[in-house]
Amino acid sequence: MTRGWTAVYLREILILKRRLAKLLPTWSVSPLLYLIAFGYAVGRHVEVGSHSYLEFLLPGLTAMASMTQAYAVASEINIARFYWHIFDEFQTAPISNLAYVMGEVLAGMTRAFLASLVILVLGACFGVVLFYGPMFWIALLLNSFVFASLAVGCAMHVKSHADQTLLTNFIITPMAFLGGTFFPLSHLPDWGQMLLGLLPLTHASHAVRAAAFQEPVQSIDFLVLIGAGGLCFLFAILSVNRAKA
Amino acid sequence: MISVTDLTRKFGAKAALSGVSFSVGAKEIYAYLGPNGAGKTTTIRILTSLTRRDGGMVRLNSFDIEKNPLEAKSQFGLVPQQTNLDSDLSVEENLLIHGLLHHMDRKTIRRKIEELLDYMELSDRRQSLIKTLSGGLKRRLLISRALLHSPRILFMDEPTVGLDPAIRRSIWGFIKKIRNDGATIFLTTHYIEEAEFLADHVAFLDAGKIVAEDSPANLVSGIGQWAVDYLDDNRLQTAFFNSREKAGSYVLNRANGCTVRRVNLEDAFIAMTGRKIS
Repeated sequence: MTRGWTAVYLREILILKRRLAKLLPTWSVSPLLYLIAFGYAVGRHVEVGSHSYLEFLLPGLTAMASMTQAYAVASEINIARFYWHIFDEFQTAPISNLAYVMGEVLAGMTRAFLASLVILVLGACFGVVLFYGPMFWIALLLNSFVFASLAVGCAMHVKSHADQTLLTNFIITPMAFLGGTFFPLSHLPDWGQMLLGLLPLTHASHAVRAAAFQEPVQSIDFLVLIGAGGLCFLFAILSVNRAKA
Repeated sequence: MISVTDLTRKFGAKAALSGVSFSVGAKEIYAYLGPNGAGKTTTIRILTSLTRRDGGMVRLNSFDIEKNPLEAKSQFGLVPQQTNLDSDLSVEENLLIHGLLHHMDRKTIRRKIEELLDYMELSDRRQSLIKTLSGGLKRRLLISRALLHSPRILFMDEPTVGLDPAIRRSIWGFIKKIRNDGATIFLTTHYIEEAEFLADHVAFLDAGKIVAEDSPANLVSGIGQWAVDYLDDNRLQTAFFNSREKAGSYVLNRANGCTVRRVNLEDAFIAMTGRKIS
C-alpha cells in the first residue's frame, strides 16, 4: 500500500536541495522582521511571566514557521499540477493514494524542520537560546504533520493556483497571528481563549513554548495535534481522486 | 492487449466521447486520427487513468482500469502531449524518479537509464537540467521515460506535435524500433503522414465517435488511388481516379493549376465526414 512513497519524497527533496540556496534567505526574511519589530523594538522592555518577550516570541515564531513551510507544500503541488503537469506522472504510476500522500506530507515536514532550524539560528543571533529537547521537536513534528497533511488535501481540491492563495489567506494567515504566536492567550476573554483553542497552531505554540522553557507539556496539546493530524491525513488521502479531471 | 468498450464522457452538456469501442492487438501500432477537439486526448487520458469516464469499460492486458488500477497502470508507459518533465531536475533524476514510481530497484534503473539514453541518443545529456534541453530532446526523453519500466503498451499523445520535420522523422524511426522490440503502441495524431507511415490500423475519430477503422490501405482503397486537386470557382476541389492515366487525362481537359497526387487518409476522412483533419 505504501510502495512508491520514496519516489514522491525523493523528487521533492531533490528539488528542495537544488533551490535551498534561494529558499533559506526567503525563510529568514519574515521571522527576522518579526524578531526585530516585535521582539527587539516593541517588546524590548516587555516581560511575559518570568521571560523576556523575545524568549516568549521565539518558540511561537518557530511553530508558525513550521506551520507555514509545511503548508507551503500545497503551492509546490499546485505548480506541479497546473503548470508543469507533473502530477500526471504520479497519477499514471502504480502507486496508491496513501503512498503519494505519505511522500508529499514527509516532504512538507522536512521543509518545516529546516525552516524551524533557521528560526532557532536567527534567535541565537539575537541572544535567545532556549532548551530544545525531544518534547520541543516532537511538538514541531506533529505541528508540521497537521499542516502538511492539510496542505495536500487542500491542494487536491483547488482548481487553480489563485484558489490556493485564497485558502492560505483565509486559513494560514489568521492562524499565524492568532495561534498563540505573538501574545499569551490568557490576555483574551474566556470565549476568545475557547475559540482560539480550536486552532491546532495554538496547541503547537503551547507545547513548543512549554518544552523550550523546560516546563511540563500538557498532554491535551499533543492529543489535539495527533487527532488533527490524523483527520487531515485522512482528508488528504480521500482527496487525491478529486484531482482527476 | 487494449480493449475498449462503449466509452462515454461528457464535459457539461457536450459529449466528448459517445460509445467509443475498439481493440488493439499485441505488437500493433494503432493510430487514432481526428481533428482537434474530436476526443483523442480525452480517450488517451481515460485509458491512462488521468480522466474519469462516464461509462464503458477499459482493459489493458486484461486488467480492468477500474477494478485493478495498480496492475493496469503497471502495463503502460505514457508519452503525453504536453511536456511534463521536472525542469529543476536533470535528465537522469527525472528517469530515476520514474523508475522508483514503478517499483524498480536502483541497480535495474541505472542499467535501463544507460540503455535508453544510448537508444535515444541522449547519453551526453545525462546530467543536463531539463530546462536546458530543446523541444526535440525533451520529446525523446519523454519517450525514454515512458519505456524505462519496460511497459508492454505505450500510449503516445501527439508524439511529434510542434516538432520540425527532421526531428519528427527521427522520432518516427524510434517508434517503429520500439514496436519491433515488442511493444503495442497507441498513438493519437492529426498528422496524416504520421498515421500513414506508422500505423498498422487507423481509427477515424470525429466528434467523439469512431467513424471508420481499418488498415491505412483499406481506408483509402474505397475512393481510388490517385487524386487531382483543382480550383473551381476559387474553391479547392478534389477528383479521385483508380489509375494515374485517368487522372492525367482529367488534368489535360482542365485549365492550369491542377495537382496530381496519391490519395491519402485525409481524403478518406473528408469522404466520410465532409470535414478536414488538419
